[in-house]
Amino acid sequence: MTATAHEESTALYDIPGPVARKRHFAYGVFSTLLILGLAGWILYLLFDTEQFTATKWTPFQYTGIQELLLTGLGNTLKAFAMAAVLSLVLGTVLAVGRLSDHKPVRWLATLIVEFFRAMPVLVMIFFIFVALKVHPLPALVAGLTLYNGSVLAEVFRSGINAVERGQREAAFALGMRKTQVMTHVLVPQAVRAMLPAIISQLVVALKDTSLGYLITYEEFLHAGKLIASNLDYDLPFIPVVMVISPIYIGMCMLLSWFATWVSKRQRRSPKTEAVDVAPAEPGTLLPGAQ
Amino acid sequence: MNVLTDNFSTYGKGFLGTVELTVYASLLALVLGFVMASFRVAPVGSFRVFGTVWVTVLRNTPLTLLFFAVLLGLPRFGLVLPFKVFAVLALGCYTSAFICEALRSGINTVPKGQGEAARSLGMSFGQTLNNVVLPQAFRSVIPPVGSNLIALAKNSAIAGAFSVTELLGTYKTLNELGYSIIWTFIWIALGYLIITLTISAFFNFLEKRWGVAR
Repeated sequence: MTATAHEESTALYDIPGPVARKRHFAYGVFSTLLILGLAGWILYLLFDTEQFTATKWTPFQYTGIQELLLTGLGNTLKAFAMAAVLSLVLGTVLAVGRLSDHKPVRWLATLIVEFFRAMPVLVMIFFIFVALKVHPLPALVAGLTLYNGSVLAEVFRSGINAVERGQREAAFALGMRKTQVMTHVLVPQAVRAMLPAIISQLVVALKDTSLGYLITYEEFLHAGKLIASNLDYDLPFIPVVMVISPIYIGMCMLLSWFATWVSKRQRRSPKTEAVDVAPAEPGTLLPGAQ
Repeated sequence: MNVLTDNFSTYGKGFLGTVELTVYASLLALVLGFVMASFRVAPVGSFRVFGTVWVTVLRNTPLTLLFFAVLLGLPRFGLVLPFKVFAVLALGCYTSAFICEALRSGINTVPKGQGEAARSLGMSFGQTLNNVVLPQAFRSVIPPVGSNLIALAKNSAIAGAFSVTELLGTYKTLNELGYSIIWTFIWIALGYLIITLTISAFFNFLEKRWGVAR
């Protein structure tokens, strides 16, 4: 009967008995009240500081403002699309380099990957924007591509290496060349298994497009800032945040959920049995740990 | 080359600013992450929901948006603090979501039998947690927490763009003084490398000392 009470049980607890369940229920009620109280207090603060006055919310009715926001969103998505495609390409190139049989190529690719993974994205974006005097969009896309491409290269490489050794050995034993082993045996299996890790990295890229705001690229946040600093509408800063953040966070969540969905689907698929890929780490720089 | 020697104090200030941000935000992230992780594994439903919402929302929030909302938004509520404190808050909260997930998955790697065995020996909840589960979880948690803190150090660069004194922000001063912009950035990059490599060396040491032998 109580099997559904606590499905993801850890090493921490037994399945609770009647007394414990009563106690947990009491804690639950108390903490829910606490959280609701907190939410109520925030809501009160919002009203108290006059964030819901008509002047602050009317701007969102004007088509000009709506268009401004939509253009911003479009620019964000444009930067994301370009950065995603280019970093996939760069990631592939660098992964091929790291898996190369020639030592200098491997060495060079490793150097590039490790360097760009260790640098903050923003430093790269600023460097390209300020020192090389590039326009905001190409600077943003280039920075994102270098960083995410390097991380993806690592994902690709570990994905290929994670394909069971027998697969590679069998392919070589059949007399295939290295290119054939890669394209016909390893890559098809690895790509399917890597898909969730790749998509999670794309979520990072989508999140990082907001860095464009800092180099005056006219993306979503920039549009919000324009509206928020308008004196005519009584500086509607909080309303702008309340409109922008659900859209931003929603987009990222959708992509994240897609990644989780793909990985769940794959756990049932026999096609990816031979591979086990860990998700992309936010920023790995543990040279000794490799 | 003389960009560094001429402006050592500017660089030093920026470097220390980044270190300060990283240290304080790391502490906040570790504490909050621990609290949220304990929420997420708690037997009480509303704690779990709160922890899950915290993690899901923050993990999917662009850090720039968070900085934007915290640094420019909280003052609207009459909460006026130095920008540095706001930056630490934003960075710490953001990273706490990732730390929470690292800790939670660490706890989940401890086999269920370990807890069951501990309880069957008559250990209390506190004993089970302190003597059996956490020591084992701690070992497998070192590398992911390390890489999250490295990510935090790198993310602290965003604070510079919101006029908090830190390493990346130094480029503006030096640029106005007319120094070679390329060399300015090379020294900034080196500063970040020093910080990230230090963190990674520290966590490598922890990993060697206490990590899981594989």
